[in-house]
Amino acid sequence: MATLAEERSAASPAIAWGAAVKKAAFAALVTFGLCFPIIAFRTDTDISNRLVLEPRWNLVAALVGAAFAVRFLLAVAPVRREKLKKRARRFTISDRTSNVLGILGLGLLAAYPFLAIEFTGAAGSVKWIDNFGIQILIYIMLGWGLNIVVGLAGLLDLGYVAFYAVGAYSAALLATTFGLSFWMVLPLAGILAAFWGILLGFPVLRLRGDYLAIVTLAFGEIIRMILINWIDVTGGYAGISGIPRPTFFGIPFNASDTGFAAVFGLEFTPLHRTIFLYYIILLLALLTNVVTIRLRRLPVGRAWEALREDEIACRALGINTVSTKLTAFATGAMFGGFAGAFFSARQGFISPESFVFMESAVIVAIVVLGGMGSQFGVALAAVVMIGGTEILRELDWLKTVFGPDFDPTQYRMLLFGLAMVIVMIWKPRGLISTREPSVFLKRRKTVSVEHVKEGHG
Amino acid sequence: MTDGRADPLLTVDKLTMRFGGLVAVNDLSFVARRGDITALIGPNGAGKTTVFNCITGFYKPSCGRIALAFPVPATLDRIDALTGTGERWATHDGGGLFLLERMPDFQIAAKARIARTFQNIRLFSGMTVLENLIVAQHNPLMRASGFSLLGLFGSGSYVAAERAAVERAAHWLERIDIVDRADDSAGELPYGDQRRLEIARAMCTDPVLLCLDEPAAGLNPRESAQLNSLLRAIRDEDKTSILLIEHDMSVVMEISDHVVVLEYGTKIADGPPAEIRNDPKVIAAYLGVEDEEVQQAEAEVGI
Repeated sequence: MATLAEERSAASPAIAWGAAVKKAAFAALVTFGLCFPIIAFRTDTDISNRLVLEPRWNLVAALVGAAFAVRFLLAVAPVRREKLKKRARRFTISDRTSNVLGILGLGLLAAYPFLAIEFTGAAGSVKWIDNFGIQILIYIMLGWGLNIVVGLAGLLDLGYVAFYAVGAYSAALLATTFGLSFWMVLPLAGILAAFWGILLGFPVLRLRGDYLAIVTLAFGEIIRMILINWIDVTGGYAGISGIPRPTFFGIPFNASDTGFAAVFGLEFTPLHRTIFLYYIILLLALLTNVVTIRLRRLPVGRAWEALREDEIACRALGINTVSTKLTAFATGAMFGGFAGAFFSARQGFISPESFVFMESAVIVAIVVLGGMGSQFGVALAAVVMIGGTEILRELDWLKTVFGPDFDPTQYRMLLFGLAMVIVMIWKPRGLISTREPSVFLKRRKTVSVEHVKEGHG
Repeated sequence: MTDGRADPLLTVDKLTMRFGGLVAVNDLSFVARRGDITALIGPNGAGKTTVFNCITGFYKPSCGRIALAFPVPATLDRIDALTGTGERWATHDGGGLFLLERMPDFQIAAKARIARTFQNIRLFSGMTVLENLIVAQHNPLMRASGFSLLGLFGSGSYVAAERAAVERAAHWLERIDIVDRADDSAGELPYGDQRRLEIARAMCTDPVLLCLDEPAAGLNPRESAQLNSLLRAIRDEDKTSILLIEHDMSVVMEISDHVVVLEYGTKIADGPPAEIRNDPKVIAAYLGVEDEEVQQAEAEVGI
């Protein structure tokens, strides 16, 4: 019905100006209603520490005006929106091009720290390597880890951050209590997180869909509560500090005579450690990717995907669904644990605040946005989501437009939500919405997303 | 078995399944013989699919015994002896005796080698046709991949095992004549092909007994005829016995060697198709009876 009406209006050349103005005015009114409580007033404390309201009517007027203009143009412009939507749906990055992009990207990733130094200088590059490079790679790794559970096995896990926390805390505790080096605690943290994955897996095996999501969410919170309240071991809110940093084959990154710079005859700069950390997380992320790609082509990976498609059929074919689900949980958790161990060594300090539900939500959003099951899509989504929020910190020039008090990072969540809504309208199954088969007889054809199921839990 | 017929493969003994107060299957006993196509028929709601779900472990029967033995048929004494020990199965020379009511569903498929299809097709629609057939060979491939550890490092034995699995899948694709569509997703196939693919997938698990739940539902006469020849080939060439539920009498009467008729969960007839066709009880169950017969029956019970 809607397409019919739209086609008729597109066919007729006459533009209904009156109707367009009406629609635009309505949109402006809605925008005003939305803006009034959140944007029009800002609470501030004055010199005598009283709370005062500071009106920001200019900003409201600008937003309302923008909404009016956009809605008006949409109503007037003879655009067949259905067609646009279809074109957006048809736009898919095939996995073949993604392979080429992958090789190019790999070279770029390897050269990235040096490119950053080249373009921004030694001082400016720390931000680009640390806040962008390392931060994004951690989330890519977490996204790939969760992708095994959510994207391949179809089990919606909203408490993935728990495994990240288990990895981080076990690495920190092992390192500070027993004095183990980073390279020793890294595999141990992975194993412990996998163990917790199995422990969580057992009770939730019977649950599906919403119930599974809620229980995993609760599990994430339980872990956080334990971290906060078991003060003797975890230090509560104070967290754990003084976590030893990774060493380069036993050579520490410090200014001493036995430090990295002195041994290699370089001038000491903290940048060395940052670059080293960048390569560690790059390798860890690539390891996650290679293992996942290999697992997908093994019987266990196919069983995960079959489980997502139809659990009852799996059981009729003699697949032990219990152990299949547990391996998915354990493998996903293990990579989360690796990422956690890296996180604790990078920060040198961890506290429960780093493992709140918001983190789980961001990781799930990365997986969903990327296209469930697609490795490249997840990486792309992590770059957009994490890189995007970091970029907002850089947009100082917006202050010249909206006044000196304007802080773009405050609008992070708003833009985040808007981006999600837009993607969900145009690419409801994520940025990469085709499935690459794990084996082929004659010709590798990607499977259209219409047939791929999302899993029932 | 003195009557010259084949040995029993599956022995269902006093099977009863209750759902709350509803008795879906009542004291059902029958035998499916090796190399036979045994049909389970009956009006809608007679409890046929419930029997299937009990045999394949999706339901735990309320009471009764379901025993499967291969390659050597089991005598009643042996079945009784195993029942007394409390064990689930006794394996010997590549087969054994399995008490299915004690086993979980996936073990029935993996160990007792019973494969099944579903009334509403359950393919992995987002995976390709070939992948569907490879997933069916999960257990041998899992062993070949050293439970993923060897496979992860690209061991040669796994590569060879996977190639063999692909060949086996290709063989079945040729049998059901959709080899050209091997790399399409299973959800894209037309309905009739999906039905046959589900049978091929079940056959890829290398079963001794294939349970088909209404394989001819929704097929046109030509597809029905193709199905008949496929099922005969499975019986004669692959030496796999078949147990099938079917409403399409042209399929049942043409290919089955033995027919069991259920009505309201109770067995009302059991015999070769020619006998079943003329059994007054079966005709009554399917077509109803004349009014005078109803009156006669009512007079007998005194209403």
